[in-house]
Amino acid sequence: MSAQAAPLAAEQALLSVEHLTMRFGGLVAIDDVSFAARDREITAIIGPNGAGKTTVFNCLTGFYKPTVGRLGLSHPQKGVMLLEQMEGFRIAQQAGVARTFQNIRLFAKMTVLENLIVAQHNHLMRASGYTVLGLFGLGVYRHAEKDAVDKARYWLDRIHLTDKADWDAGNLPYGDQRRLEIARAMCIDPILLCLDEPAAGLNPRESHELNELLQFIRDEHKIGVLLIEHDMSVVMEISDHIIVLDYGRKISDGDPDFVRNDPNVIRAYLGEEEEEELPPEVAQDLSSRTDGGPEGRDDS
Amino acid sequence: MAEITANSRLAAAKGRLDTVAMLKEAGLTALVMFALTVGLVGFEVRDIPGGLALFTRFDDVAVAVLLGFFGRMALFLLREGHPRPVAIIGGPLVLLLVLVLAADVWFTGAGDVAASESIRSWLPFNSIIVVWVIAIISVFIAARAILAIRRASSTVTVEEREARADHVAAQVQKIGRYVGPALLAFALLYPFLPFVNRQLLDISVLVVTYMMLGWGLNIVVGLAGLLDLGYVAFYAVGAYSYALLGTKLDMSFWVCLPFAGFMAATAGVILGFPVLRLRGDYLAIVTLGFGEMIRVILLNWYDVTRGPDGISNIPRPSFFGLPFTRRPPEGTESFHTFFGLEYTPVDRLIFLYYLILAMAMITNLFTMRIRKLPVGRAWEALREDETACRSLGVNPTNTKLTAFGIGAMFGGFAGSFFATRQGFISPESFTFIESAVILAIVVLGGFGSQLGVIVAAILLIGLPEFFRELQQYRMLAFGAAMVLIMVWRPAGLLAHREPTIRLHPRSGPADKTAPQSAE
Repeated sequence: MSAQAAPLAAEQALLSVEHLTMRFGGLVAIDDVSFAARDREITAIIGPNGAGKTTVFNCLTGFYKPTVGRLGLSHPQKGVMLLEQMEGFRIAQQAGVARTFQNIRLFAKMTVLENLIVAQHNHLMRASGYTVLGLFGLGVYRHAEKDAVDKARYWLDRIHLTDKADWDAGNLPYGDQRRLEIARAMCIDPILLCLDEPAAGLNPRESHELNELLQFIRDEHKIGVLLIEHDMSVVMEISDHIIVLDYGRKISDGDPDFVRNDPNVIRAYLGEEEEEELPPEVAQDLSSRTDGGPEGRDDS
Repeated sequence: MAEITANSRLAAAKGRLDTVAMLKEAGLTALVMFALTVGLVGFEVRDIPGGLALFTRFDDVAVAVLLGFFGRMALFLLREGHPRPVAIIGGPLVLLLVLVLAADVWFTGAGDVAASESIRSWLPFNSIIVVWVIAIISVFIAARAILAIRRASSTVTVEEREARADHVAAQVQKIGRYVGPALLAFALLYPFLPFVNRQLLDISVLVVTYMMLGWGLNIVVGLAGLLDLGYVAFYAVGAYSYALLGTKLDMSFWVCLPFAGFMAATAGVILGFPVLRLRGDYLAIVTLGFGEMIRVILLNWYDVTRGPDGISNIPRPSFFGLPFTRRPPEGTESFHTFFGLEYTPVDRLIFLYYLILAMAMITNLFTMRIRKLPVGRAWEALREDETACRSLGVNPTNTKLTAFGIGAMFGGFAGSFFATRQGFISPESFTFIESAVILAIVVLGGFGSQLGVIVAAILLIGLPEFFRELQQYRMLAFGAAMVLIMVWRPAGLLAHREPTIRLHPRSGPADKTAPQSAE
């Protein structure tokens, strides 16, 4: 284990993951990982393919029950909530943890606006008196729906999709779908936003827009963002804090400069230093890419 | 020749026709046809006084062989890019056959048996069914020929055709704002229209019952995307709830109606709890099993349901306490005495018609309203992606249960109407085929399309009832129609999803003034 450049005490962290272990039969996908993510910060989780990044997310958002570990979320109103004990949908509903998916999961045949309104389901359910009052078209619900549309419009303006609000979400270009999924997650008013490879498949201009969107979310909405990403231009530019996983273990934890120069990380990405049989020009090429970072290994 | 594209078909038509190959193929088909039919159709064992006798029907075999020969020839010509001769010969033939059949149906329908007999005696075949078969096959081939000619001259791709069909559906739904009220007005006036007789009214009551069932199932299948193959179970629960309460406790229809809906909804929720974690095909199989379970319980729980004997003398509904009987018991009044009318048995039928129409309209309005509520949107979201729903804090179990329960409730309402209309129910009425027909209405109309259910219910229930003379062959036609729809318009006749909410109102005043109407 490397020395931690910026160790975080559990009390001041928004999310503190302690001794998280996830086993699938004999396979240990995550092995005793502990880290913390702070409010108003973008925390990136990086690592080669198969390092267990998405598994961490699935544990956090209730899709998997961790084998061992404590996932504490300090909610500003509700105190510390233990995510590992909550049912999947309640993590979003009550703890305010929103997520996006590696392969986009929009409601393809519903419109962009409807996607954003479904995200406000729980609030609207209460306003519609759990459907009973809403059936009779009472004013309370109509007001709440109007507010929901206003919130959706705010995010549509933010992701430049206002003109396409009535399109079917499945007909949007890829980059728009990525941003819509983030906006949809933001519509549940999360305190922690988990993004699983948001920049995958985006062109440089789109990924620049994404950076701005994430920074906006962090600075204006003052929530924590947890990010899995392969695109180092995104990670290094916007992250405040980086956690590196390899084979289910945490190998580095700190700010971007620290992680970039951590020998453990370089070894994980580029292999052992002893492998001197590489031709000199390849070795040179590899070391020059350390800053940009390769896309990961193929041995997942 | 398979690589010939639509555009080059006409070019190929100018090429030489391989007559020998054509005759060879047609001859081979005729031979296969002969081998298939000579045993099955050619000989018939009939029960005559004093034993069995062997009869021959070689003329029918000849028809089949000729049909195979010429049909194959036509298909060969179509495939090789010569649609014109097929259309020229097939078109008039189809016209002739359709005229003959139309005349036959007309005279039979009008009760003029002599005229229909004389038409049939003109035909060279024993049975009118043979003419039907020939007509259907020729219509199919002629339609293909005409399509081939049109396709050769146009460059429309399949996607464009789909897009156009969707556009048509959207247009239909747009004018649905006006069609909806117009249809409703027509439905309200319908019993008093001059051409409506008792039989037609009876069929209409049945059609509207299935419309209601279709709308009810549409909540479960169309909106929530839960494939339910056992919907008839809830129909049965509703029917038996009313039948038992009505006969054993003498409760009136109006008191029992909500109770029947409640019972069916409870059945839906009880079924839903264990099975809703299943998805897709697995859910379909479990619901199928549940439908059968309910039927078997009804069949075997003799003490309560009287098993296969069924329940008879189910109380008829009353008009605010006024029964539709000819001679009311002493001291009470019935509908006709209270209003000083002449007694006619049609009164009750008209009342039943309005009753089911009102119930169906409530189902429809409820569905259209709930689509725009959070729970309705959550149903549609669940249909699209359950995982995403969970990540947004939508409780998938509760949401599915409400869909299942509400769909079942409307099934229960329809069931108690069925019981009161028939006056007698038995497990026979709640077989799997009923579930299949209701599902077929939803699929044919287009998932989630309210107007589509109306069209499909009329097509699937109304027409077969109307053509009862065709006996079991109408099921054949039913199947053929379903296959054709699946080939040409797999999404359903009027499949087009209208957004439940819009940010930018569509241009045109209709959208602002009528935000909700029959979609």
